[in-house]
Amino acid sequence: MTSATAARRPFAAIPWRAPLVAAFALVIAYFVILVGVLADPSQHLTFVGAIPQAQAQFINAVTIGAIYALIALGYTMVYGIIELINFAHGEIFMCGSFVSWWLLTTLGFSGAISDPLLLIGVLILAFAVSMLVMGIVGVVIERLAYRRLRNAPRLAPLITAIGVSFILQNIVFVAISNSIVTTPQIIPNTVLTFGPVTVGLINLFTIVLAVGLMVALHLFISRTRLGRAMRSTAIDREAAQLMGVDINTTIALTFFIGSALAGAAGVVQGLYFGITVFNIGFQAGLKAFTAAVLGGIGNTTGAALGGFVIGFLEVISSVWGQGRWSEAVVFGMLVLVLVFRPTGILGQQLGDRA
Amino acid sequence: MTAPTFDAARPTSDSAVVLRMTDVHSYYGNIHALQGISFEVRAGEIVTLLGANGAGKTTTLKTIHGLIHARKGRIEFEGRDITSMPAHEHVGVGIGQSPEGRRIFSRMTVLENLQMGAYTRRDTSTLHEDYRRVFELFPRLEERRDQSGGTLSGGEQQMLAIGRALMTRPKLLLLDEPSMGLSPILVEQIFAIIQDINRQGTTILLVEQNALMALGVADRGYVLQTGRIVRSGEASALLQDEEVRKAYLGG
Repeated sequence: MTSATAARRPFAAIPWRAPLVAAFALVIAYFVILVGVLADPSQHLTFVGAIPQAQAQFINAVTIGAIYALIALGYTMVYGIIELINFAHGEIFMCGSFVSWWLLTTLGFSGAISDPLLLIGVLILAFAVSMLVMGIVGVVIERLAYRRLRNAPRLAPLITAIGVSFILQNIVFVAISNSIVTTPQIIPNTVLTFGPVTVGLINLFTIVLAVGLMVALHLFISRTRLGRAMRSTAIDREAAQLMGVDINTTIALTFFIGSALAGAAGVVQGLYFGITVFNIGFQAGLKAFTAAVLGGIGNTTGAALGGFVIGFLEVISSVWGQGRWSEAVVFGMLVLVLVFRPTGILGQQLGDRA
Repeated sequence: MTAPTFDAARPTSDSAVVLRMTDVHSYYGNIHALQGISFEVRAGEIVTLLGANGAGKTTTLKTIHGLIHARKGRIEFEGRDITSMPAHEHVGVGIGQSPEGRRIFSRMTVLENLQMGAYTRRDTSTLHEDYRRVFELFPRLEERRDQSGGTLSGGEQQMLAIGRALMTRPKLLLLDEPSMGLSPILVEQIFAIIQDINRQGTTILLVEQNALMALGVADRGYVLQTGRIVRSGEASALLQDEEVRKAYLGG
């Protein structure tokens, strides 16, 4: 019955008590991290000494979660509208990181930009270019690889997606680099202090950017005419056509937005971690996919939520297991979700084709 | 197989032909679902398509609307050939449909469903008036405007499907089985509203299994059997027709 209730409002399924639950979960997560840091045998920290580290890990979790959330949105939007798990989506993220690497190195940047105005200008340029390019790549992929298979058995586009993912990886592998590439970290390594809380500038930037993009996406989907066209196409393609919706354009728009968000995540990857590599999209894509499933695939709010949950899971498991177990924990979570709650946290009822 | 011409005479037979189907063939995969259908709908009429399950009624509406493309034959709307027009452009020329099974957008609100009906409209000045008209025809929809479509009862969903189609401001309204799954009282109500809509100037093509109700409101009717039209004429004449009575009116 719960899933039927949630099914009524897939894009706005936030019950009033959600903020309370979220705050409670964040507090728990913080203490779990704190205890993990204290329990680390290699450090022998006192309680007071552990707090700054726990705080840094907490913010790290939110930052990583924001990146996963941005990627997960693309998975969930595409699944919502054409019921395809677009396994090439992780590669869109990877290509986005390379677009921003190319742009920043071509412009001659190699490290932090201290002039704030220049920094803002370059950031805007990097995000705009990467999002636009990856958006277009997403649209082209849909047009060439998926559109003709729209009414084919579902396995066909799924395998095609895996093929597209290999193609993108190999293009980057051959044309750019077969090993890790250092990306310019143009945001200065500044730490901001708000009372007892310290946040890195890059973390704050990433979180604000990701949340901003998610809010904009939510408003677009729930409030605008094109957003309604996307939702109606996701619910009933034929009925949407009867209303005059051009479903090809609408599906292309969905790919554009989802891929642009992954492109933005790619830029953040380069700025935050300072590296990228041709096969980075595989694991990031799988984790973001896990986030989308965890939140309830097809549900944008769920994907954002799932992204942050995965970010915390990863950080908590690396704090407790010194980094050795984080993948196992994240993908173990995927297995548990698929077994016990295949519709995810905010899941809607999946169609009979699922 | 040439299409027989049906000259269902009608008092106002001089009024303009809105929709003309000429020897239309269409397929569902490999199934030859429409095997040469010819008929016409004139301005201001209610025309009904009758027939058993699988006779091709819904296929006819889907073919008119371009959801299935005719492999052969010609479909004209107000004299314009629309045979191969993409489905989403039909709203623009003035064809609205309330499809079989209602197909409302369950996870969108009643108001959003109606907004979808107005999706292609640019004439925002008349939009407000049309919402008013739909809410006057179906006061229940106004009461539930912020409720999601999936929570409505079957009758309310049918009203929403018709209201949504009206929001496209159709010249020709295609109604597919508006009585399906509704209680007799609701069926009466829906049919009274269909007549109201027609009186306000909308031409209607009505597909029904409930032949008695359909012939009660229609001007003319066509009877479909396995993809062909086997009978046609004035509604009152079809009501008297021995074979029609036997097949569709329970004797």
